[in-house]
Amino acid sequence: MNAFVTLIIALGKTNSINAKQALLAEYFSSANDQDKLWTIALFTGKKPKRTLPAALLKKWCAAYCQIPEWLFNESYHTVGDLAETIALLLPAKGEEMTASSASLSDIIEQLSDLSSQSDEEKKAFILQQWQQLDRNACFVFNKLITGGFRIGISQSMIYNALAKAIQKSAGEIAYLFSGKWHPTAVSFKELLSKENAVNENSKPYPFYLAYPLENSLIDNDNPDDWIAEWKWDGIRGQCIKRNQQHFIWSRGEELITEQFPELHELLLQLPDGTVVDGEILCANPTSNTIEPLPFALLQKRITRKRLNTQILQEAPAIFVAYDLLEWNQEDIRQKPIIERQRILSELTNTIKSPHFKCSTPILFENWEQLRNIRNQSRENSTEGLMLKRKTSTYQSGRKKGDWWKWKVDPFTIDGVLIYAQKGHGRRSNLYTDYTFAVKDGDKLISFTKAYSGLTDAEFKEVDAFVKKNALEKFGPVRTVKPELVFEIAFEGISESKRHKAGIALRFPRMKRLRKDKSVEDINTLSDLKQLLLQHGKTYPL
Amino acid sequence: MSQELLTLTTNGLYCAAGDFYIDPWRSVHKAIITHAHSDHAKAGHGAYLCHHLTKPLLKVRLGDFAYESIEWNQPVTLNGVKVSLHPAGHVIGSSQVRVEYNGEIACVSGDYKTTDDGLSGLFEPVSCHTFITESTFALPVYQWELQEIQYRKVQDWILANQAQGFNSVLFAYSLGKAQRMATAVAPITNNIFLHGSAAAIHEALQKAGVSLPNIKKAGQQTEKGELKNTVIIAPASTMGTHWLKKFEPYRTAVCSGWMQVRGQAKRNPADTGFAISDHADWNGLLAAIKATNAQKVLATHGFTSVLSRYLNEIGIEAEELEYVN
Ligand SMILES: [Zn+2]
Ligand SMILES: [Zn+2]
Repeated sequence: MNAFVTLIIALGKTNSINAKQALLAEYFSSANDQDKLWTIALFTGKKPKRTLPAALLKKWCAAYCQIPEWLFNESYHTVGDLAETIALLLPAKGEEMTASSASLSDIIEQLSDLSSQSDEEKKAFILQQWQQLDRNACFVFNKLITGGFRIGISQSMIYNALAKAIQKSAGEIAYLFSGKWHPTAVSFKELLSKENAVNENSKPYPFYLAYPLENSLIDNDNPDDWIAEWKWDGIRGQCIKRNQQHFIWSRGEELITEQFPELHELLLQLPDGTVVDGEILCANPTSNTIEPLPFALLQKRITRKRLNTQILQEAPAIFVAYDLLEWNQEDIRQKPIIERQRILSELTNTIKSPHFKCSTPILFENWEQLRNIRNQSRENSTEGLMLKRKTSTYQSGRKKGDWWKWKVDPFTIDGVLIYAQKGHGRRSNLYTDYTFAVKDGDKLISFTKAYSGLTDAEFKEVDAFVKKNALEKFGPVRTVKPELVFEIAFEGISESKRHKAGIALRFPRMKRLRKDKSVEDINTLSDLKQLLLQHGKTYPL
Repeated sequence: MSQELLTLTTNGLYCAAGDFYIDPWRSVHKAIITHAHSDHAKAGHGAYLCHHLTKPLLKVRLGDFAYESIEWNQPVTLNGVKVSLHPAGHVIGSSQVRVEYNGEIACVSGDYKTTDDGLSGLFEPVSCHTFITESTFALPVYQWELQEIQYRKVQDWILANQAQGFNSVLFAYSLGKAQRMATAVAPITNNIFLHGSAAAIHEALQKAGVSLPNIKKAGQQTEKGELKNTVIIAPASTMGTHWLKKFEPYRTAVCSGWMQVRGQAKRNPADTGFAISDHADWNGLLAAIKATNAQKVLATHGFTSVLSRYLNEIGIEAEELEYVN
């Protein structure tokens, strides 16, 4: 595991993309195949089987270090990462790196074997590793258990680095590694073999994703060069039909065919060698227009292991087609979208299923008109608009230039800061996690938390305010004098029994600090209830 | 009780019986100064008492005032209160202040570390009834590596930079850390440049008889060609300024205990960080506190609530001493 530890530590010490790529390439050129595979898996968010809950690790570490639980928690709060907290709490060792002969994949295998063992056996194994490994190795070992190597590496950086170590282009590698695979089920060689590429019918294409439009960008463009469509708020997916088999993949590269049985009928009707890109929504299929049900329903369906007739009736799914990527067994992503959509609309006419809809372009003459249309997004239950250049090819990943998402402006509400807690990771020494309240008569009632949206300088300022104005301490939480007013922006609102104010916000963040306002000026609970009535998705979250 | 021996006033920590202050933050008639860091030593007091090696530093930093200096373990009497200084190991000249009156003993630690850095003197535990301790790094995640290992890491980094044609910039406090870093790198280079503020302190200490490696001053007159394979020691405030330009190309490192935690290290814009501190780590603090046998511990300066809660739980009565600046 030493090479992997060295890699992780070195990656954490540089911000340069080139340097990171060079480190990765060097690692790939010497690591064995199984380690390469696991490394790619870990860096692309594929986790080893979780065999140990965080609570057990905490308990064992606190007991081993002879510190009380609250002190462990204070430490965790300052450090912001469980794996690192444990590595730092364990008694410091000498400098000699324990030359652990076990490879990365050996260690992962040993960890996964723990699942069949008793807690005592698990504890013995973990403690033995903790005593043996030096601080850096300990950190990496713990990370393998807790999951989530966030080290600022994109998929394309990994594929570029791997391309340097093996005889394949980065594009080819990206294709072979897309879709569903797991190191426990496939070997590095199998994944990279040509036959695999041909036989693997199910593979989706890498999704083309859009950046938010910066407002000025299109003003000088000719509206005639652009297609506008509604941006639906569902699950982006690809429907694939190859060799008489069909698959639905989500953008998160998960196979979700079985979660949507009502779409199988349309999949059967797709001609062989077809890949359609689109959005899965919950909506009434018999309606001619698209009227999505609350997003929460879709979420509920996705997380259900088993679907019953009740939920299938309550939340029927439809597929809204955006684009055609493969046609007659041919990859047509390099054709202009205007041509791809033409073929798509012909295809649409041949499909006899109420669950299949085609996204229709919005007609507009000038940008001003489109701006007005965008303002109706909320009434249409969409997130805003998509703009696509008529000549655009279907690219891979998030790219600027040809496709833009033009979301509707967020909701905003003014609230006052009432609780603060220290942040995690790089903000672990500052109070950056806040809870806000609105007025309810002459009382204050908390309605949301928010963690993001301020600049570093503003966070520092608020941090100083919290330290000066803390009224009470509850563990890591500080109650502060209700004085600082913030404008909170959010994307949606729904009823929630779990929250004090009875509402839950979607993507809340701080839009700005309103120094011009005092606690007298903030919004009220009835303002929120009004928003809920007008725009709320009444399905409980 | 000892709490009356020392009280916290708006000017700072005050000894009413002896009518003097310790590290006061507002101008007072008589101040005992633990060490020359700016959060402890302010200008404008009527009279100062400090260690022999702190005096030249105060002169450099604050200008001319009525300084009186004494040696460690040589008590003086102020209005019937017995006062003595004891090594704190924090920076050169840093001292704990022991105060005794009517059989009651209190000790103010100032800032301290318990390991011997070879420059600042070895921390001496002082038996007392009340111990006022700092708590900058009072969390068990702060456990320092041995100085020998820390220094070797810095040296390895410099040598790697040299091999790739880069100068090495170490960001360090001018007083304390800068002298330690000069000592740390002296075995591998004699090409050490100090920023003006650190150089002034370096020279004042050399003049006072402290043995320190020879350094070069990084003034305007430095020639360009001269600046190859150098180590530059400068305060963090020079990061990204024009002053550093003449040393390009260079790589930078921050030397601070805060670098121990990844998240904090990442926040700093330097290329790397070394967790080297002039403050005691968690184990150092606990060992120092236990060695005083104090009946009461007052925690200031850092993770005060954590330290006092933990001490109470292990049977040592403790409280937070809240400074209001
Ligand atoms: Zn200090
Ligand atoms: Zn200090």
